[in-house]
Amino acid sequence: MSHDNPHVPGASLWPIGFAIGVACLLLGLVISWIVAAIGAVLAVGFGLLWARDVTRDVREEVPEIEAETRQGADAPVAAQPAAAPAPLPTYTRSRFLEASTLGLGAAIGAVVTLPVLGFMVLPSFTNLEESEADLGPIDNFPVDTFVIASYLANPSAGEVTRRTAFVRNNGPAEGGEPSFTILYSRCVHLGCPVQPNGPIDESKTKNVDGVELRPVLAQSFGCPCHGGLYDAEGNRQAGPPVRSMDRYTFSIRNGRLVLGELYAVGNVTGRGASATISKYPWSTPGTHVDGVEAWLYPIVPSQVTG
Amino acid sequence: MAAKSKKDLLVENAILAPLDWVDERTAAVRGTKWFLFRHVPRDVSWAQTLGSAALTAFIVQTVTGVVLAMYYEPSSVINPETGKPVAYSSIEAITNELTLGWLVRGMHRWGASVFVILLFLHMGRVFLYGAYKYPRELTWITGVLILVTGMLLGFTGYLLPWDQTAYWATVVGINLNGTAPFAGPWLAQFLSTGPEIGSETLAKWYSLHMLVLPGAIIGLIGVHIYLVTRLGVSSPPWSSEAAGRERTPVEPAGTRAGLVRGGGD
Repeated sequence: MSHDNPHVPGASLWPIGFAIGVACLLLGLVISWIVAAIGAVLAVGFGLLWARDVTRDVREEVPEIEAETRQGADAPVAAQPAAAPAPLPTYTRSRFLEASTLGLGAAIGAVVTLPVLGFMVLPSFTNLEESEADLGPIDNFPVDTFVIASYLANPSAGEVTRRTAFVRNNGPAEGGEPSFTILYSRCVHLGCPVQPNGPIDESKTKNVDGVELRPVLAQSFGCPCHGGLYDAEGNRQAGPPVRSMDRYTFSIRNGRLVLGELYAVGNVTGRGASATISKYPWSTPGTHVDGVEAWLYPIVPSQVTG
Repeated sequence: MAAKSKKDLLVENAILAPLDWVDERTAAVRGTKWFLFRHVPRDVSWAQTLGSAALTAFIVQTVTGVVLAMYYEPSSVINPETGKPVAYSSIEAITNELTLGWLVRGMHRWGASVFVILLFLHMGRVFLYGAYKYPRELTWITGVLILVTGMLLGFTGYLLPWDQTAYWATVVGINLNGTAPFAGPWLAQFLSTGPEIGSETLAKWYSLHMLVLPGAIIGLIGVHIYLVTRLGVSSPPWSSEAAGRERTPVEPAGTRAGLVRGGGD
């Protein structure tokens, strides 16, 4: 084979299988681990077959060495063994030492590096505390008024864990059960603290078991950083935010309002107890959760780690 | 040759002989000469000193940073004496109480801006002079990596005072990273060690700021300077000297008589 010719791999069907495997793997990460495992097996299997196919020329190219022949001037000195077997590639001591040094070095490096890398990355995604927050008796939340509830998510860790929620008691829903609209104060543009646009009724400020409750006359929320504006349901009215304000799930226990986990909101139609909320797993501020742009964020950490 | 004077002998025995001894074993003297005594084009100017200026600014950052690390405490726990986080209180102590702390912190704080500004000026000079062209492409690429690492050093250092500006600027910065397609939310959660910035964020960023990123940038600067030394300083575009050629110390015989065309080229 001449080296002037490009080595073009022959046509192969394996890449199609490989692509199906990768697609199956990505889909499985969202849907279920079993599908992901099947996808991984398919991708690895077809990938290996593809690699074998593509490298066939390179691997099987054995230089054809013709045994050197000389016409002896004298009588043929016992006809030379015409086809002397091509010398086998030798595997010398130095080659062995080279390979074992590299191999052992790589193995030691992997044994040392992988746990360290894992320790660096994984704690950010595992064993995250899902702490609930008790905001006190629901009587403290007047109907149809927003209350700024400020509390420490982890009191022992101090002020850095202070969270603020805007809580509105919607009164009883159709079925008679209590309904609350609980917006998280962080802007879904880039995470600045959103402020209610209205006066705070300082005379009615309460402190219930370390939770500060301040009623506010506000029908909209604004972010001081880049001018994001939200209405009373948390829908974006103006500015750069890409979705509606995040909300808390909640439960009522012994007449007390308990905040659960955060979730992201695409859009809210209707208002108060009769609102229709498009709910998504929580994601970083600035990331779309619905529409075409959400394709840019197919898998977010909260979908995988809960 | 005349007999050596007493002074020459003294110099030879006291300085040159030990240097020879070291050089024979380490090539340190030859290496230093190789690094320092280089041919440069005739028409270099102050513009070619921006890289050295940036290096000087980096050395200032290293020295002041090492000393600041002796007094700074990266903890978000509330200091019972001051009622403020330990990190912020230690910055206050460095600035207001410890002798000369205000100066060293000021050097580090303003020097960071100086370093980044000099990096950009140096990059602009190299770009406008076309000094990134063959054979200096890898010098440019390592320079870009140095710029990125320098910006990351600025980004991570900004959080350490642990005041409101630092906190919210970092919230915005991390969430900006979070908007990158596909990997963004993962990167943001890694940077803040969880969904929100907390005490672990401060410790992680301190480690990044004073161990990981300085290690990386020092390695990159080493490669960058090695390449500059190896390839030499390029001539400006308007130079009559060909870029990258060594100056011929003596004109070849016959040049003046017009026997050799083109002279030194």
